[in-house]
Amino acid sequence: MAKKRSYISTVLLIFFFAVVALIMLLPLILLLVSSFRAGSDLMRYGLNFNIDWANAHIENYKLLFSGQNNYFVWYKNSLVITVAQLVLALFLSACVGYGFAMYDFRFKNLLFGCVLLVMMIPTEIIILPLYRLIINMNVMDSMWGIILPYMVVPMLIFFFRQYLSGIPKDFLDAARVDGCSEYGIFLRIMMPLMKPSFAAMGIYQGMQSWNNFLWPMIVMRSQNKITLPVGLQSLMSPYGNNYDILIAGSCFAIIPILILFACFQSYFIEGMTAGGVKG
Amino acid sequence: MQKKSIFSRFLYSQKAAPYVFVLPFVLTFLIFFAYPVINTIMMSFQKVAGGEATFAGVSNYHTLMNPVFYKCLKNSAFYTVISCALMIPIPMVLAAMLNSKAMRAKGFFRSIMFIPALTSVVVAGVVFRLMFGELEGSFMNQVLAFFGQDPLVWLRKPVTVWITLFILCLWRWTGVNMMYYLSGLQQIPEDLYESADIDGANSLQKFRFITLPLLKPTTVYVLTISIFGGMAMFTESYLLFNGNKSPNNVGTTIVGYLYRMGMEQNNIGIGCAIGVVLLLIVMVINVIQLAFNGTFKKGE
Repeated sequence: MAKKRSYISTVLLIFFFAVVALIMLLPLILLLVSSFRAGSDLMRYGLNFNIDWANAHIENYKLLFSGQNNYFVWYKNSLVITVAQLVLALFLSACVGYGFAMYDFRFKNLLFGCVLLVMMIPTEIIILPLYRLIINMNVMDSMWGIILPYMVVPMLIFFFRQYLSGIPKDFLDAARVDGCSEYGIFLRIMMPLMKPSFAAMGIYQGMQSWNNFLWPMIVMRSQNKITLPVGLQSLMSPYGNNYDILIAGSCFAIIPILILFACFQSYFIEGMTAGGVKG
Repeated sequence: MQKKSIFSRFLYSQKAAPYVFVLPFVLTFLIFFAYPVINTIMMSFQKVAGGEATFAGVSNYHTLMNPVFYKCLKNSAFYTVISCALMIPIPMVLAAMLNSKAMRAKGFFRSIMFIPALTSVVVAGVVFRLMFGELEGSFMNQVLAFFGQDPLVWLRKPVTVWITLFILCLWRWTGVNMMYYLSGLQQIPEDLYESADIDGANSLQKFRFITLPLLKPTTVYVLTISIFGGMAMFTESYLLFNGNKSPNNVGTTIVGYLYRMGMEQNNIGIGCAIGVVLLLIVMVINVIQLAFNGTFKKGE
């Protein structure tokens, strides 16, 4: 009897989650299906599942790859900025997190309070003075304007510190006795030990940079320098063949991430739940 | 062997090392955070035109006392409150259901629910703007037609705008919040449920008296990030309305108004005054938050 009841609840639960999962995937399926339709169709009839499969075509993707538009310029810009920001932010934040976790020094608590303060204040508040600062520093319309203000990420500092606090400090003393310098300890001993946290934090930061919209939109002015999200947004007005590229381009922007997600699921979940509802 | 200079010996000493490690943070904090924050506060009392800035007293704040700004404040507050009311119970219940013993293929469904979080806000905005389009054939209007309803102009009237914004929020973040709750649930010891079974508690009672209280730290964390995310919401609205221009300001938020004043109308003084108001709101929330439970020390 008890067994039968649990069997029924299993079926009900699976059915329930199947429905939820379908709803979750629906917008993306809609996007994918629509990418095989002409953009003019979309403009006239709206985004829906009424697709005439006989007339489905891959013209949109051909256009995307034809090089007659800026799509892959944006793609490349996003890629370059993401990688540069990722490498800088990971390394520098790891240094800072390591400093906080492994040493005792004056002003430590005050400085860590500052880290928490930055985490607690939405960056949108200071966007205007930051914009002026970027102009004065002469890095407008360059990738450094996007990267410089967000080179050291409080969230990463926080989690690196957390991670490192689990590693005994005896490690350090042993290395010091062996004649390793303070920086050597960090570079040669600690960095390899931090690998798992680098993976999770790398995904957190990578997703942040790749999807970042507001700040790159403010900093970048030239059509051939903007990043992919900003570029896609600029296609939202229904002129010419904008919609053809918009829909196919949106699909093509998600696919690499989905593939990465399929391969490194646990890191993704660990990394992205570190960040929370932001961005 | 070459003798090291005093400077490099100092640099390599155990005393100096921590400062070298935290230096990148100190520098970026001072240049890209402290300075802009002070600047925001200063400029909020100034009239900034071109390169010239003149002291203007509280006139910027005076200008802010207008119906549009009040509407933006209300919009942000409303979005924050409702999104918290949705984004805590729903993921919590889903996580509890997914975590139940009778459930199968947990990993599979967990991953599927997480996928929306991988899409950028821009792609999500594109799809939602088109799904909630005003054409008869737009997906949501087709759904309405299926239930025998007339098509709606979704992104024009307040009620439907809010429905769209909350569905977008739910769609993107349910999976992430559910993940927080799943990891919270996994930390609850199994024997608590077993002894409740012996006492004859039903599943509802178990949820109410064991799960709910023990998930409190998770709830506090999710609440915190939802409040900050909600108060700073801007891009969702920007993309849904294809620009910072919702009809009659139905979807304009505080940050949206800041952007409009400071960036689009180049009225930096007023933009900064809005920034200061938002800063004060966030600080008040922080103080309340810390007074209640000292979050962000989570796991310390």
